[in-house]
Amino acid sequence: MTARNRELGYLIAVGLLTGLGFASVYIARQAVIGWGSLTYAAFFMALYLVAHFVARATVPNADPYLLPITGLLTAIGLTEIYRLGPSDAFKQGLWVVIGVAAFALTLIALRRDYRVLESYKYLFGVGAIALLFLPRLPGLGETINGARLWIHVGGLQLQPGELAKICLIVFLAGYLREKREVLAQGRLKDLGPLLAIWAATMLVLVATNDLGSALLYFGIFIAMLYIATARLWYVGVGVGLFLAGGIVADREIPHVAERVTNWLHPWTTHTVYCPSSGTMELRQDCQSYQLVKSLYSIANGGFGGTGLGKGTFTTTGGTPLIPDVKTDFIFSALAQELGLVGISALLLVFMVFVARGMKVALRADDGFSKLLAAGLTFGFALQTFTIVGGIDRLIPLTGITLPFVSYGGSSIVANFMLLAGLLLVSHRANSL
Amino acid sequence: MNRRISQVALVALVLIAALIVATTYWQTWASAGLAAQQDNEIQRVAQFSIDRGLIVASNGKTVLAANVKKKIDGQTYYFRTYPSHELASQVVGYSTQSRSRAGLERSQNSYLTASNADIGTILDTVGDRLKGTTIKGNNLELTIRPGAQWLAEKLLRGTCGAAVVMNPKTGAVYVMASSPGFDPNLMEQSDGYAKIQRTTSPCPPETAAPFLNRATQGLYPPGSTFKTITAAAALDDGVYTPESTFDDPGYCTEYGKQVHNALDQSGPEAFGVVNLVEAYQHSINAVFCNIGQKLGAKRILQEAKKFGFYSVPPLETPSDARSASGLYLNGKLFDPSTTNGYSKVDPGRLAFGQDKMLTTPLQMAMVAAAVANHGVEMRPTLIKEVVSPGGSVIKRLHPHVLRQATKPSTAAALKNMMVEVVQAGTGTAAQIPGVVVAGKTGTAETCSCNTVYDAWFIFFAPAQDPTLAGAVVVERQNDGFGGAVAAPIARQLMQALLPAASNG
Repeated sequence: MTARNRELGYLIAVGLLTGLGFASVYIARQAVIGWGSLTYAAFFMALYLVAHFVARATVPNADPYLLPITGLLTAIGLTEIYRLGPSDAFKQGLWVVIGVAAFALTLIALRRDYRVLESYKYLFGVGAIALLFLPRLPGLGETINGARLWIHVGGLQLQPGELAKICLIVFLAGYLREKREVLAQGRLKDLGPLLAIWAATMLVLVATNDLGSALLYFGIFIAMLYIATARLWYVGVGVGLFLAGGIVADREIPHVAERVTNWLHPWTTHTVYCPSSGTMELRQDCQSYQLVKSLYSIANGGFGGTGLGKGTFTTTGGTPLIPDVKTDFIFSALAQELGLVGISALLLVFMVFVARGMKVALRADDGFSKLLAAGLTFGFALQTFTIVGGIDRLIPLTGITLPFVSYGGSSIVANFMLLAGLLLVSHRANSL
Repeated sequence: MNRRISQVALVALVLIAALIVATTYWQTWASAGLAAQQDNEIQRVAQFSIDRGLIVASNGKTVLAANVKKKIDGQTYYFRTYPSHELASQVVGYSTQSRSRAGLERSQNSYLTASNADIGTILDTVGDRLKGTTIKGNNLELTIRPGAQWLAEKLLRGTCGAAVVMNPKTGAVYVMASSPGFDPNLMEQSDGYAKIQRTTSPCPPETAAPFLNRATQGLYPPGSTFKTITAAAALDDGVYTPESTFDDPGYCTEYGKQVHNALDQSGPEAFGVVNLVEAYQHSINAVFCNIGQKLGAKRILQEAKKFGFYSVPPLETPSDARSASGLYLNGKLFDPSTTNGYSKVDPGRLAFGQDKMLTTPLQMAMVAAAVANHGVEMRPTLIKEVVSPGGSVIKRLHPHVLRQATKPSTAAALKNMMVEVVQAGTGTAAQIPGVVVAGKTGTAETCSCNTVYDAWFIFFAPAQDPTLAGAVVVERQNDGFGGAVAAPIARQLMQALLPAASNG
C-alpha cells in the first residue's frame, strides 16, 4: 500500500471518530443543540480529504501518519470547543479552513525544493523579531491577561508570536547548518549573530510578558544548537543561564514572581493581598483561581471521565467556572470529560506525532532538513509540555495554546504550516 | 547528527510522558482531596444534579422539603423548596445553592443524595449512572406529627421558647418546636439570610436567633422541674421515702442567709409539716433546699448524669446543634467531679434547679419520659423511615434503650408525685378531662430582678400507660409561672396528640 493510500485509510478512521465525538456531544446535550451539529463531522471529513489530495499531488511520499494525527487533534479540539460553546466552534471551523489553505499553499509553493528557504534565513530571523514586536506598536497591539501578544487587523485578533516561532526555527536551521563547524569550536565571534537574535527575542518576550513563549523559544534554541554542534556544555550553560535569568526575573518582575508563587502555593489557608480586587482574599479565590479551578476540573474526570458533553464547566447560575477554558485550558476540559483513559490516549497521540516528526528528521539527508524537522517537532513537543505542564503544576503556568486542540486562529494556522514543513522534509527524504 | 536527534527526541518524548504521569496523579491520587475542597464548585453543582430526597412528616403527606426542577444550559438541576415554610424549620434546616446546610438537610445529606453506603442504594446509583439517568435521593419520613407541630409553633408564637413531645416507649419525637422560627425558602434569596437574622426578638434583651433550635440548643435554668432529679436521688438511695416528713418554715438557711420559697406555690407562705409528695406537689423550695444540703451536690449531679446530663443527647440533627445539660461556668460546661470544684456549687439552690444548672428542653423531656417509662430512658429519634426512591425501606425506627435512669420503684413514686402536681398542685392548668396527666412546673429566675422568669412544664400522659412525654419552656415571662404559662401549652399539645398517640 502506498503512503497516501494508508493516509486516506487513517483519515477515514479519524472521520468516523469525529462523527462519534459529535454524536456523543449531541446525545448528552440535545436539549441545547440540534442535529445540525453532525454536519460538522461531515464538513470536517471533506476538509481533510482536500488536504489529503493536495498532499497526494505535492508530497506523495511523505509520512502517512502526520496528517491523520493532526486531523484527530483538531477534531478533538473542535468537538470540545463545540461542547463548550457552539458559536466558537463555527469560528474555529473557519480557522481550520484557513489553516488547511495555508497548509496547501505552503505545500504547493515549496513542492519543488523547500531548501530555498535556507537562502533567506536572515530574513526569517529578522522577520521573527519583527513579528514579535508587532503587538508593541501603538494602535495595533492589545493587552490580554497582562501579556501584550495580540494585534488587531480588521476585525481579527491575531497572535503573531505563533508565526514567529516557525520563522525562528527556519532561521536557526539555516544558520546552524552553515555555521555548525565553527560554532562547535566555541569562539565568541562566531556566536555573535546567534546571540544577538536570541537576546533580541528574549528581550521582546520579557517585555511583552509572554513567558510561555520565552521558555518555548529558549528550549527550541538550545535543542537545535545541541543537535548542530554536539556540544553538551552549550546545553549546560544555556540551562544555567535560563535558571539564573528565571531567578532574577522572579525577584525583579512582579508578573513572573506572581506566577511562581501561584505555582508553588496555589492554596492558602489565610488571606493574602489580592491585586485585582485590592482586598485580602485566599489565593485560590484570587491569583491562582484559574489554576485551582482547572485542577478541580481535571480531578473531577477521575479514571473514566464524565463523558463528552457531561462535564461541569458552569455554576448552576451559568457562570463559567474556568476563565479561558477553550484556549489555554482546553486540556482541563478534556481531562474532565474524557477521564484519565481518554486524556492519556490524547497525550499518546501527541507522542506519536513527536516520534513521527523526529523520524522525519532522522531520515532527512541534509543538515538543514534535519535541523528544520527536529526543530519544528521539538517546538511542538515543548509547547505541549509548557501549557499542559503548567496546568498539571509541573512548571509555573504560562498562557500558551495546546497545538491543534486549543481555540485560536493564529495557533491553528501556524501549526498547519509546521505540519506542511514536516511533510515537505519527509517527502524529500523518502523520495531519494 | 542522528545520534543527537535521537537524544532530543527522547527528551521530547519524556517531557510528554511526564505529562501523563502528572495527569494521572491529579485524576487518581489527588482526586478525592480536591473534590473535598470547600471552593470546588464542581462538587457544588453536582449536588444539584441529584434529585434530592423529600422530607415528609409522619403522616407521609405533609411535605417539609421538596425540589423544583430547573433546566439551565441543557442540564437539569434540582433546587430545594420548603412547601410548609416555617414548620419544624430548625429540625428540617435548609440546603442552599452555595452549599450551606443545616438541620436534617445537613446531617442526613448522604441519605438525601443517595450517597449513603447501604448496598441497595449503591446498586441503584451505579445503575442510574450507567444509564445516564438522574440519581434520586432517599426520602425521609419523620416522626413529627404535623398537626401538633403546627399547634406548638402557633402557641409559642410571639415568645421565645421551645416544646418537645415524644413517645416515652419508643423515643419517637412528635413535636420539636422552637420559636421564633424562620422560612427556609428565604435562604435562596440574596438578602434572605440577613433578613432572617434581623427577625425582631420577642424576648429582649435576648436575640431572636431564629436559626437556633431552642429545643436542643437552648440552655435554660430548669427551676423546679429539676426537683424531679433531686427527688429521684433522694428516693434511689432509700434515704427518703415519699412519706418522709419535713418542716417547712418558709425558707431555707444557706450560708447563714435565708432563701425564701418561690412565689408560684399553690399554698401558704410556709407549709409547716409536709411529706415529700406534698413538698414536690407544691414545689416547696425550702424542703428541697434542705434535701439538697443533705445529699450534697455530688450526689445530685450523679443522679442527673444517670438521666443523661453532661452528655449531648443523641438525635439525628447535627451534633453541633445539640447541647449537653449540666452546670455551666463562664459559658462552659463545668463538671465539679473532674475538677474537684464542689466548693463552687451550692447544693441547696441546685436542688431546686438554680445555681449554674442549665438544661435543654429535650433533656427535660427525656427526664419526664424516663419517669413515665419505669425509669428506662429511650433514645430520642426524629426519623421514622428512610425510603428508597423505589419505595423500599432502607432504615426504620428501632426503639433503643439508652439507659436505666432510675429504679422502677423510684420512677413509680415520682409518677405519683407528678400526678399529684396536676391534680392538686402547681400544675392544675394541665388537667385534661378523662385523662390522668402527670407533670411538674418550673419557674426559673433569669436575673436578680425577680419578676422575669423562664416558665417550664414537663409532663407525661396518660399516667397509667404513658404514650406522651415532653417539656415546654417559654422564655422571659413577666411574672410568668410555669403553671400559668407553660402548663396550658402542654395541655393543648397533649390534647392534640392523645387520640392518635397510641397507634404510633
